[in-house]
Amino acid sequence: MSEVVKKFMYLNRKAPYGTIYAWEALEVVLIGAAFDQDVSVMFLDDGVYQLTKGQDTKAIGMKNFSPTFRTLGDYEVKKIFVDRASLEARGLTQDDLVEIAWEDFETEEEIENIVEVIDSARVGELMNESDAIFSF
Amino acid sequence: MSDTIEVDGKQYGVDEEGYLANLNDWVPGIATVMAAQDNIELTDEHWDIINFLREYYEEYQIAPAVRVLTKAVGKKLGKDKGNSKYLYSLFPYGPAKQACRFAGLPKPTGCV
Repeated sequence: MSEVVKKFMYLNRKAPYGTIYAWEALEVVLIGAAFDQDVSVMFLDDGVYQLTKGQDTKAIGMKNFSPTFRTLGDYEVKKIFVDRASLEARGLTQDDLVEIAWEDFETEEEIENIVEVIDSARVGELMNESDAIFSF
Repeated sequence: MSDTIEVDGKQYGVDEEGYLANLNDWVPGIATVMAAQDNIELTDEHWDIINFLREYYEEYQIAPAVRVLTKAVGKKLGKDKGNSKYLYSLFPYGPAKQACRFAGLPKPTGCV
């Protein structure tokens, strides 16, 4: 394992269904989580729909993978950001989004919800700080 | 995709790696037959893990990577069971891969 920890950002800009991008991005995040890097996941534009509660995919014959986002905490992904402007443009607020908990099993430290809604300036800062950005 | 496994006189489709083709087809007998093929007789300890995996999948729609499974088992079934040594003693071909196969789940996400 390399000792150099890099800042990886996974950028999600697309709606959850209709293309395979959202599901593939989530799988890449879960697989990449094994490499112990500093990982953040950012939701922008239509990507914010991926985190909405109460998805029902029966009519389109696709697997509803929205419950899978709640495992991100188990996979030690602790930083999940949502662009406030993208939410507002779609008439959504943080209350419309799933909550993702994180818990340290050793120390029993617990964070109830690691999903953080941030403004565009902060989105830009975080992108600048990242060593690598994977855009989906 | 033409492979099948016979359980109680019924044929169930499996993929080229032996994972059950259709999650909803699963019956406990499938785990017993798959285990027998791997020379394992299932005990209550095995069933705890198999049932745990099915519940995890039901809730989150994925089969957990082994690292995540270990942590989650420790939390649910006690720290003495939440370690890879214990899990490998039950499932020598890898707790995530082998136990998920017995449980009728797809190959775990994050199994590189």
